[in-house]
This record gives sequence, structure tokens and C-alpha cells, in this order.
Amino acid sequence: MDFNKESQVSCSWYAQIENCLLQLLWHLIHVTIDLWYFPLGIADVLESYLISWGLLGRYKSFNVTKLRYLAIVVDSEEVFQTSKIIKLLQWLEAVGIKHVCLYDNEGVLKKSKNFILEKLDGTILFWDAHENDVLSDRQHMTLEFVSFSDGKEAVVKAANVLFMKYSKSGATDQNQKDEIFTESQMSNTLKTVGSGGPKPDLLLVYGPARCHLGFPAWRIPYTEIVHMGPLKSMNYGSLVKAIYKFTMVQPNYGK
Amino acid sequence: MEFLYKVVRFLIKCMFCVVSVGPIPSHIAFIMDGNRRFAKQRNMKVGAGHEAGYFALMSMLIHCSELGVKYVTAYAFSIDNFKRRTEEVECLVDLMTEKFESWCREDSIVNMFGIRVHFSGNLQLLSEPLRDAAKKLTAATVGNSRVFLTLCVAYTSTNEIVRAVEKSCEEKWAEDQESSVINLSDIEKRMYMVIAPDPDIIIRTSGENRLSNFLLWQSAGSCLVSTSAMWPEISFWHLIWAVLNFQRYQSLLKKKL
Repeated sequence: MDFNKESQVSCSWYAQIENCLLQLLWHLIHVTIDLWYFPLGIADVLESYLISWGLLGRYKSFNVTKLRYLAIVVDSEEVFQTSKIIKLLQWLEAVGIKHVCLYDNEGVLKKSKNFILEKLDGTILFWDAHENDVLSDRQHMTLEFVSFSDGKEAVVKAANVLFMKYSKSGATDQNQKDEIFTESQMSNTLKTVGSGGPKPDLLLVYGPARCHLGFPAWRIPYTEIVHMGPLKSMNYGSLVKAIYKFTMVQPNYGK
Repeated sequence: MEFLYKVVRFLIKCMFCVVSVGPIPSHIAFIMDGNRRFAKQRNMKVGAGHEAGYFALMSMLIHCSELGVKYVTAYAFSIDNFKRRTEEVECLVDLMTEKFESWCREDSIVNMFGIRVHFSGNLQLLSEPLRDAAKKLTAATVGNSRVFLTLCVAYTSTNEIVRAVEKSCEEKWAEDQESSVINLSDIEKRMYMVIAPDPDIIIRTSGENRLSNFLLWQSAGSCLVSTSAMWPEISFWHLIWAVLNFQRYQSLLKKKL
């Protein structure tokens, strides 16, 4: 009995040592990863300053017409940094971006839209420009403000519109259903419920991780998603680099 | 050689033990991009690239199983892929049919590792032999429970959303109640991917930064990882790197809360 008790104590002791060793190794690996990222971060900052000062030739002037619609996703922790967001938008305007969609999960940016628009001369809402048919000849930028409610909730609204619309016609035939439930019908219905904005070509994420945070799913099937780091560390050079890299991409769309 | 293999396997298991100290993702999804480029770089036929891709998938499945990842999803064939040359599509369909049929055997790797296979996608777009092989495989692995593997075949997210909306409308029409309203849970429970939780990590190979119409609905909180390696080149290290970065992100979230 004493022998059994002793061996149990020994096993428990060995298990504790093993556990401590594993914890130590785990922390060591993560410290090593942090150390790995540190010089990479410094190199990125240096490169972004070189780009900002115009010392890297290829970033000095490039064609941004390929980037027809840009989306910016801001993490909810940083979304109250309105001055940073306004500065970011000013940089985008300077680069030549015409149409920008701002997204945050909770819709804080939507509530601040009037304040943001006031700070940017001549910038108007995308939907106002669209209605007045002045999208293509704008000298200044258009802005769209989007939140989580424009994603899944908008699809639910669109589903109910389709449901009600075709309830009356009694669509039970498979051919009729094949005509109602198509992707183009869905896109049109999302427009009618106010969530049918263009599909962004590029989506820049300002936050702790590369994660689109619920940007309306219907709009990002082939969108390039790039992580820019926290908003508080944003810089002009990194922005230019991300846009330049996008202009070099040649997607094949599954073909 | 066998000794070296055993040493490598031992080291991998040790690495998994260390990594498992931190949170392990319950669901990892893979966009298996780069089979054709892999074949082209090595002057191989495109079919050989896809065959190499199959072995990479097996390797990832085994590693995920050993790491304790419960759900694995792989983007095997997109609806957009039907636009490829006929010979390539036929080659892919034949490869999938052959592998799904072989997985039905009791001694197959899928059964050895307790992998339950499910298919997400508009299977009506597939040829009958492939569709039958998929159904047979789903039934043959229904008793497995160690890992849930979802193969997205004839799949795009936008198609998934439209089909879920269609099914929700059909069920409400069948209820025939004046006050019927479709809500979010009605649509979500009719998604192809309802059998798995939202992915914690989505890994795309070949250095591309798009989701290419994959799990758009389910990926709001997913860490998106891009690696420049082609899919057949993906290894244990890429998986470990993705998991370690996921753990870093989790610790950042915890600090905020």
C-alpha cells in the first residue's frame, strides 16, 4: 500500500515537472516569436519612411485606377480615434483613391459620418453621388459607412423581401425558383434594402489581426485582404506599399 | 531511414505537446491553392500537381488530428473551377472519385484516424459517379468522431447564401402562415457549413490574400493566414506557425477583456 502511495506521489511529481517544462518551453517559443517580429517591425517602419520621403522609386508614382473601390476595416477598440481616420482618408485622397468604404463592427463610424465628412473638403457620401450620377467625374472622394448590420442582417432583410414578394405569386415550380433564387437577384434585393454597395477590390484591416471582422460577406468574394496593424501605428508609407502591391496582383478567379 | 522517420515523428509529437499548452483552434480551414503552379515549376502534368495536393491534404489532416483540432475544412473544388479547361476538370473529378471510393474501405487512412467526412456545396452540379462516391463516403464515415472533415466541393459562399435563403423561403411557404418571417437562425441552420463552428483560422497557400468566395459568412472572427508555399509544399511547420500566431491573437484579445 505504501509502495502504491509512493509511486502515485512520484507520478504526480513527474507530471508537475513535465507540465512546468512544457509551460516554460511554450513561453520560450512565444518570446522567440516576439523577438522575430521585432526586427521585422523595425524594417517595415524604416521602409515606410523611405516610401514616405519618396526615396523608393517604384512607389513614387503608380497607376491606382485598378483600385476602383477600397474598404477600410477598423477594429472596435480603435474606432474612436476619429482624427486618425480622417488623416488616413486624407492620405487616400492624396494617393488618388476615389471611393472608400469605412467599416467597423458596431457602427461607430456611421454615427460619426457627419463629423468625418465635415473635416474632408468636398467629400460626399457614395450613395448621394450614385443617385446624382456623378460617381465618375468627381474631383474628390466618396465615402460609404458600413457596419455589421449591413452584412448578415441585410441578407435576412433581403430573404424576407424575396419571401414576401413571391409568396403572393405562389412560386412552387422548380423553374420559377431557379429564376428567383439567383446570385444576381440576391444582389439586386440587397440593393433595395440599402446594403448593395460595390464589391471592394482591396480591404485594409486596421486592428490586432488579419481578420475582416464581419465586413458584409456578399461584398468580399474576391477582395484582397491586407492587414495593416493597429490604427495607432498607421503610416503613409505602409499605406502606399499596400496599394502598390495590390496593383501588381493578377487574380485568376478560379480559372 | 525508419529510425530517422521515428525520430522525426517523436520530435513532431513533442512540438505538439508544447504548442498544446496554449489554446488549440477547434476549426482550421484550408484554401488549397497552388497545385498547378507546383506542377508547372517541376515540369509535371497538372494532374500530378493535384495528386501531390492530395498527399498534402492527408498530411495536414493527420497533423490536425494529432494536434487536437476537431474540425478541418478544405476548399477542394469551387464552382468557379468549372470554368477551367475540360481536361483539367475531368482529371480533378476522376481524382476525387477515386480517392473518395478508396476512403470508404475500413483500412483507409480516414477510418484509421477516425475522420468523419462531410461535403459542403451544390452537389447537384457534380457528375453522378462523383456525387454517389461523396454520398457513399459520408455514410461510410458517419461513425467516426475524432475529426470532422468538411470538403467544400462545387462550393462558393455566395451560392451557399442563396441556397440557404431559398431553403428558408421554401420552409416558410410550406408553413403557410400569414405572419411567417425569416430570421437569422433560419438562414444559418440551412447553410452547408452548419455542421461545424466558425473557423478559428483560414490558411491559404501560394501567397494570395483573397478568400475566393470561401466561408465568407463564417469568417468574421477568423485569423486569415497566407503563406507563400504552394499547397503541395505545406508542412507541419506552416501549421504550427499558424497556430502559434492564433495563440498570440488570443492572448491579445484576453488582455483587452
